[in-house]
Amino acid sequence: MSLVELRNVSKLYHLGGEEIRALDDISLDIESGEFISIIGPSGSGKSTLMHILGCLDSPTRGSIQLDGTMIQNASQRQLAAIRNQKIGFVFQFFNLLPKLNVLQNVELPMIYSGKNARERRDRAMAALKLVDLENRMKHRPFQLSGGQQQRVAIARALVNSPKIIFADEPTGNLDSHTGEAILELFSTLSQEGRTIALVTHDPEIAARTPRRIEIRDGKIAIHVDMKLAGLERK
Amino acid sequence: MNFFNAIAIGFKEIWAHKFRSLLTMLGIILGVASLVAMSALIKGMENGMREALVAIGGLEKIRLEDQDIPVYQQHLADQAVGTTIADVYALEKSAPLIRLVTPEMRVRDVTITRAGKSFNSWNFTGTWPGALEMNEHVVEHGRMFNEIDDESARNVCVIGTAARDALFGSPDEVGREIIPIGEHINIKGQIFTVIGMFKHYESEQDAKRRELEKNKPKEEATGPARSRGWGGSRRGSSGIFYYKNNTVYIPLNTMWIKFRSATGLNNLPDQRLSSLSMKIRDISQLEPALQQAKNVLMITHRGIEDFSFQTQENWADQINSSIRNARLSGGFISAISLLVGGIGIMNIMLASITERIREIGIRKAVGATFSDVFIQILVESVVIALIGAVAGLMASYGIVRILVMISPTENSPMITVDAMAIAFAFSAGVGVMAGLFPALKAAKLDPIQALRYE
Repeated sequence: MSLVELRNVSKLYHLGGEEIRALDDISLDIESGEFISIIGPSGSGKSTLMHILGCLDSPTRGSIQLDGTMIQNASQRQLAAIRNQKIGFVFQFFNLLPKLNVLQNVELPMIYSGKNARERRDRAMAALKLVDLENRMKHRPFQLSGGQQQRVAIARALVNSPKIIFADEPTGNLDSHTGEAILELFSTLSQEGRTIALVTHDPEIAARTPRRIEIRDGKIAIHVDMKLAGLERK
Repeated sequence: MNFFNAIAIGFKEIWAHKFRSLLTMLGIILGVASLVAMSALIKGMENGMREALVAIGGLEKIRLEDQDIPVYQQHLADQAVGTTIADVYALEKSAPLIRLVTPEMRVRDVTITRAGKSFNSWNFTGTWPGALEMNEHVVEHGRMFNEIDDESARNVCVIGTAARDALFGSPDEVGREIIPIGEHINIKGQIFTVIGMFKHYESEQDAKRRELEKNKPKEEATGPARSRGWGGSRRGSSGIFYYKNNTVYIPLNTMWIKFRSATGLNNLPDQRLSSLSMKIRDISQLEPALQQAKNVLMITHRGIEDFSFQTQENWADQINSSIRNARLSGGFISAISLLVGGIGIMNIMLASITERIREIGIRKAVGATFSDVFIQILVESVVIALIGAVAGLMASYGIVRILVMISPTENSPMITVDAMAIAFAFSAGVGVMAGLFPALKAAKLDPIQALRYE
């Protein structure tokens, strides 16, 4: 069984009496340990897909299974718990809380999973060590560079040991050099066995992942899997 | 998320916007301070009102007065004995709900003289030593007469300060306080020794006024000395204290033998008492005690109802009702000001969540549930209200001090624990009410919309 199973998922919006199909009958499997990129121009539906995969949104039709749990008809409370335990997010604009320092930002998901203060601190330190920022833990986000902020966000995504990490244009707000370092970090994490889904509009970035899915008008237009093609890089 | 985390986040949020939080709290601070100060003022007022009631013996004191014989018993008028010392003994023995009984024998229009000065006492009474407790008297100098003085009908008296002022000179005129213990005075031709003097009774307001005037320099007297007439500050509410200072007490037997010999039958001075005072054991047993006293007295009075009871219930009720009215109106106004403070909190919380929509989105994305966000906002609002309440309680001390400074001769306001507890609880309630709507609004935010919000 795959880690994520999407079956015939559609998402409809109503805008001024007009029906918009953001996602149109998408079926997709993601295996545990995969490094996948979802690519498409803006408005293609890739963000909607990521939101549905990330349990931030629910589909109009179709079924989603994540780690053995059916989530298309889960309650808000259950979705929050799944986001907390099984999913890590990395956003384009980092989305760190400016009032908290680096350590507190990384501890944030564990506050909502009810871990005690000591465990929170230990695990947040470990996650910061993984992204090589353990000496910046007392800094506030605005005292860090963009690349450092994104690494804090990655540490936050990792800290609850999620099943899958979703990264939404993680390099979109960084210069190419720093962006490169972040992508390297994702590659390293992938090699350590973590499941990562990268959402981007940039084919060059997408080209770095073994598997690519291109979304156009709410449908999977192109599906490239190097493993299937026997072109696995390693 | 546990509760302590929510409180910690609430404090952090308040600390991050110190000035804004302070302004928000100000509504609660003023509301709480005005509630507590108002109730302190009313408490002071109540104390002032009760002061006079206590001064005449309190609510427990019942007076027995003579009353005309009812019409249906008119034919028995010859057999009526009136109130006598026998009633006192009967009540002492047979009415356990009554704690203390004192007989009172009064003579009207008594002129007391000494060395060319004279004084007309309104309250020249022969009684027992128990009258001291009955009428809340305090002997400041000398002693009260005792049972032996009474037994041997000695010519001794205990006087109030008004008698001293008239016969020996008041401290204002003489410049020092004269203590006339051991001096002799002439009461209606009899020589009496002053063995004791009561303290000077006055209301708290008068005491304060006197204290204030002591420190003021004396006004320059212009023109010939003269009386400046009535209507000054001296009189007014203090009638009871004025009356009490007029008291001259002598032993009951002395009164009976020395001043009642002209009246009476069979060579016996008139034994009828002017009145009789009782103190009941327990104020909640007022009615049973009255019934008991009546039963006893109906026997000693041979079934003729020529007496009536007088209590201070109406007076006490009047005090209670006026205090209740003052509390109600004051409390209403303070409650409104606290509510206004609550609206201020709600307003700020709404503004605060609008500027934190993105933060709420992030918190939801990493796993905050509806109730996590709801509790966080609610706790924040309650914390603001409670900090405001604590500050308000402290501010109320300041306000009370200012009130005392502005009008030093009013009854001292008294801050009560009850008022503080009510104000605190009320502001906690206001904090919850003010937080509910913003918390609901924040908790209902859609995470995707919130994350996209700029």
